[in-house]
Amino acid sequence: MNRNERTGFGLLAICAGFLVLLVVALVGYVVSGGWSVLSFGFLTEVPRNGMREGGIWPPIFGTIVLMLITAVSATPLGVGCAIYLVEYAREGWLVRLIRLSIRNLSGVPSVVYGLFGVGLFVNGLGFGPSLLASGLTLGLLTLPWTITASEEALRRVPRSYRDGALALGATPWEAISKNVIPAALPGMLTGIILGLARAAGETAPILFTGVTFSRPDIPHSVFDTYMALPYHLYILSTQHQDIVTVRPVAFATATVLLGIVLVINGTAAVVRSRLRAAQVG
Amino acid sequence: MKIQSKKLEVWYGNKQALHAVDLAMQEHTITALIGPSGCGKSTYLRCLNRMNDTIEGVVVKGGLLLDGYDVYEPGVDVVALRRRVGMVFQKANPFPKSIFDNVAFGLRLGPRIPKTELDGRVEQALTRAALWEEVRDRLTGSALGLSGGQQQRLCIARALAVEPEVLLMDEPTSALDPIATAKIEELLHGLADRYTIVIVTHNMQQAARVSDQTAFFFMGQLIEVAPTDDLFTHPTVKKTEEYITGRFG
Ligand SMILES: Nc1ncnc2c1ncn2[C@@H]1O[C@H](COP(=O)(O)OP(=O)(O)O)[C@@H](O)[C@H]1O
Ligand SMILES: [Mg+2]
Repeated sequence: MNRNERTGFGLLAICAGFLVLLVVALVGYVVSGGWSVLSFGFLTEVPRNGMREGGIWPPIFGTIVLMLITAVSATPLGVGCAIYLVEYAREGWLVRLIRLSIRNLSGVPSVVYGLFGVGLFVNGLGFGPSLLASGLTLGLLTLPWTITASEEALRRVPRSYRDGALALGATPWEAISKNVIPAALPGMLTGIILGLARAAGETAPILFTGVTFSRPDIPHSVFDTYMALPYHLYILSTQHQDIVTVRPVAFATATVLLGIVLVINGTAAVVRSRLRAAQVG
Repeated sequence: MKIQSKKLEVWYGNKQALHAVDLAMQEHTITALIGPSGCGKSTYLRCLNRMNDTIEGVVVKGGLLLDGYDVYEPGVDVVALRRRVGMVFQKANPFPKSIFDNVAFGLRLGPRIPKTELDGRVEQALTRAALWEEVRDRLTGSALGLSGGQQQRLCIARALAVEPEVLLMDEPTSALDPIATAKIEELLHGLADRYTIVIVTHNMQQAARVSDQTAFFFMGQLIEVAPTDDLFTHPTVKKTEEYITGRFG
């Protein structure tokens, strides 16, 4: 390596180092701010004394159930759409229209999804402000992400897996379901889970569709309103009458939200490597 | 005749890849298709199990009879056809599954087979593909961990497991070293007792070693077909002679 190259690589290394530093700084900032109130009880108790004390169990619960509804609603639709696009659809105006829709959907601001969620799920389908309405709204929000990730994973499957199955007398659906999808699964799951991680932190889409400022207990059904971490954080940071006092609680809430996102991302990594290992052996 | 094509023509869009090919193959023989790259060997082979159907814009004309019935007749069950006509691809394509699951893949497509019978048929297929001894202790291991030659024999076993009548092979050894190639050639001789084999090869020595009959293709046309010994010793067409003596190709 000559000197110029070494300088070049040095600069690149600094860029990469800066990124790591940024993550460390961000996490450190959030965690240190909330350190004083973080405890096991903080995770399991309900808020007390106007959120100044107690824990944040209801918003944790709300966010987790929300993620489940989001996953359950977006995954089949997204994966199904991707399979159709990659395996069955022939290029034509219909496919172009679908692709155009997906691209535009992914550019729609999340607050607009929120409004749409009110119209469709809260009022239109009569779910009322509820976990279900919010979960489905977030499902729509992650749909473009799910479709794109699944499509890419399906396209990466070598054609020879499909042809090999067909040549053995598999029907097209058998070739896809028994050979192509299993091979694409790690990639699809990774994309889906990362989409979920993004959805976990969204505030705007749940704002009008069912999240509530405060309730003393966890919701009893998916038709109940609920608390959720990002909104709780928002309330604590901007709407509380005693913002300075609850600042550590806000930071601790942010820490938990970050933790959930990291756990989701970590799960994606583990799932992917497990599935890969099972295939390659 | 097991297989007979009559004035078989194939187009990719408006580009004609095969011109009126008349070719017949007897049951339990090995036919080698030779010719320079791009002359239509693979195209011809893919007609026999209708894998051409998977390529957009392909048009096939003329007749292609398997046991006297045209495989391109409307209403032919393509899935059933492919169970009768197995195929081994140029590049070994083991699925990312265990060795056992690879061989059992085709068997599991049909009606459920009891586990003991499944085991037996997997063993039988691997034995016929001369791979059983090498993998019997690692059937649950991934097929992707096998060597290139083993992978190709696995693909042969996988094709044999569904008990086809015809076995198509598209340059099955072109990516393999000489030792792995020799193993597969050796294997072919034994397989001809049970199966009708059509093998594409760009290697004339291989055609001479393994086949009973050789068909020489050039620019989409069948130039000459004859018993292998005759074709290589007394080619009747000038073009064939030029090709087998290595003057082009
Ligand atoms: N999928 C395809 N689409 C368009 N043309 C093709 C396709 N496959 C093959 N061809 C053309 O058909 C001719 C014969 O190809 P092929 O059967 O693959 O030859 P070979 O196997 O003898 O090398 C070639 O000119 C090739 O370019
Ligand atoms: Mg070819």
